[in-house]
Amino acid sequence: MWDETMIVMLLEGIRDTFYMTFVSTFFGYVIGLPMGIALTLTDKGGITPNRTVYRILDIVINVTRSVPFLILLILVMPLTKLIVGKSYGSTATIVPLTLAAAPLIGRMVESSLKEVSQGVIEAAISMGAKTSTIVFKVLIGEARTSLLVGVTIVLGTVLGYSAMAGVVGGGGLGDIAIRYGYYRYETGVMLVTLIFIVAIVQLMQVVGTFAAKKLDHRNQE
Amino acid sequence: METAYIEVHNLSKTYSAKNGNVEALKSVTLSIPKNEIFGVIGLSGAGKSTLVRCLNLLEKPDSGEVVIDGKNLLTLGKEQLRLRRQKIGMIFQHFNLLEQQNVLDNVCFPLEIRGIPIKQRKEKALELLQKVGLGDKAEAYPSQLSGGQKQRVAIARVLANEPDILLCDEATSALDPETTKTILNLLKSIYDSMGITIVIITHEMRVIQEICTQVAVLDGGTVQECGSVTEIFKNPKSRAARRLLLMRETEEMSDVG
Ligand SMILES: Nc1ncnc2c1ncn2[C@@H]1O[C@H](COP(=O)(O)OP(=O)(O)OP(=O)(O)O)[C@@H](O)[C@H]1O
Ligand SMILES: [Mg+2]
Repeated sequence: MWDETMIVMLLEGIRDTFYMTFVSTFFGYVIGLPMGIALTLTDKGGITPNRTVYRILDIVINVTRSVPFLILLILVMPLTKLIVGKSYGSTATIVPLTLAAAPLIGRMVESSLKEVSQGVIEAAISMGAKTSTIVFKVLIGEARTSLLVGVTIVLGTVLGYSAMAGVVGGGGLGDIAIRYGYYRYETGVMLVTLIFIVAIVQLMQVVGTFAAKKLDHRNQE
Repeated sequence: METAYIEVHNLSKTYSAKNGNVEALKSVTLSIPKNEIFGVIGLSGAGKSTLVRCLNLLEKPDSGEVVIDGKNLLTLGKEQLRLRRQKIGMIFQHFNLLEQQNVLDNVCFPLEIRGIPIKQRKEKALELLQKVGLGDKAEAYPSQLSGGQKQRVAIARVLANEPDILLCDEATSALDPETTKTILNLLKSIYDSMGITIVIITHEMRVIQEICTQVAVLDGGTVQECGSVTEIFKNPKSRAARRLLLMRETEEMSDVG
């Protein structure tokens, strides 16, 4: 069973998994980062409190977060088809993956930004900083360690979701695991893909944690 | 007496908390002369922080006026207020430095806010760090500094915009008596070298004694008495002032012991 086609297939699986995970996470942040910032700014105690905006974002996130990924995947198929032109394959999977990642990212960003001390924010206000300066320099700048840890968690989660997309022919390692392990009872192949998935998640975790530590200037020795 | 630079008229502020409302300021009227070191003293919960935070509108008063150099801050638009704040410096008990930026970048921050080009920023920041005696710490991060050093960085940072007013909310309360003295001396030398109005908030009489010329005693959200420091030390009229003076004596005794 370990012929060349199998190895090529596994390598392509790894490539597709990376492709789906990173592209979806990227687009997830394109949507989720502004959401997280808006949640932080508009919450009571934020620098531009706005109950209505906060409540709307809060509800949207809660609702989308509670839809199980497999159901989301099927629900958004028409949208996927509209954007990508087809509803299966790695590129198509990016659409539901992005939509699943965005609200999670919004929440993670919110919680990271809220860790920034109120005092530092007030110092910036007292210096006459614009809101945009406070967002980029103070909130994101000071929370960068926590934000980066968030990115690794999101990557791991999105990778997990991408494996689920294998059920509908989403491509990537999850797809291979399901096709061989579930439909053909080739447990060996399934185990190998599983090992790859675990290794990739581990790797991202290690790199992310290392980078976060490197970037952190608080309480250094 | 000199003309008033900061005037507060009938300032009131009530916080609503879960277990009832707290009247932090009750119709406070106060007049702070130009180029003075003015102290505001009171026990914990007296409303000192609320008062000083109203002076740059970090806190919005419920009613009253905050008039600085003849302009009521409450009538300013958002952008005007932002620009005015650049000339009202504030230092804090817990320093509030950017922990992820080194000392130099912290001092550069207010200049960056004002859009000063990077080269001039760094030059000016270094100059200020030298002035506060931290020329050799430019590359260090706040976590590598002592409390006194952090406050020096905060002072260098606040001076970067050449403020005409400096608000200090318990700026020495997190520091030991020795370090407190050096920070107060630094503030005094800044005062001597540039025309600046300094408002010092503290609960320690010795801070007032060390550096202030005039003082207002705050208690329960109202000004109990206000006048020259020597006068109030000699002849305290309010109960709050007498209590604070008594506390200073016990503090001194425990310092000796
Ligand atoms: N954000 C807030 N929400 C609710 N109550 C508040 C808030 N800020 C202050 N207070 C209350 O207002 C009163 C005055 O507070 P303030 O911080 O001005 O006192 P202070 O004189 O600075 O005291 P301290 O010496 O302890 O700093 C206190 O009773 C305090 O509990
Ligand atoms: Mg206080």
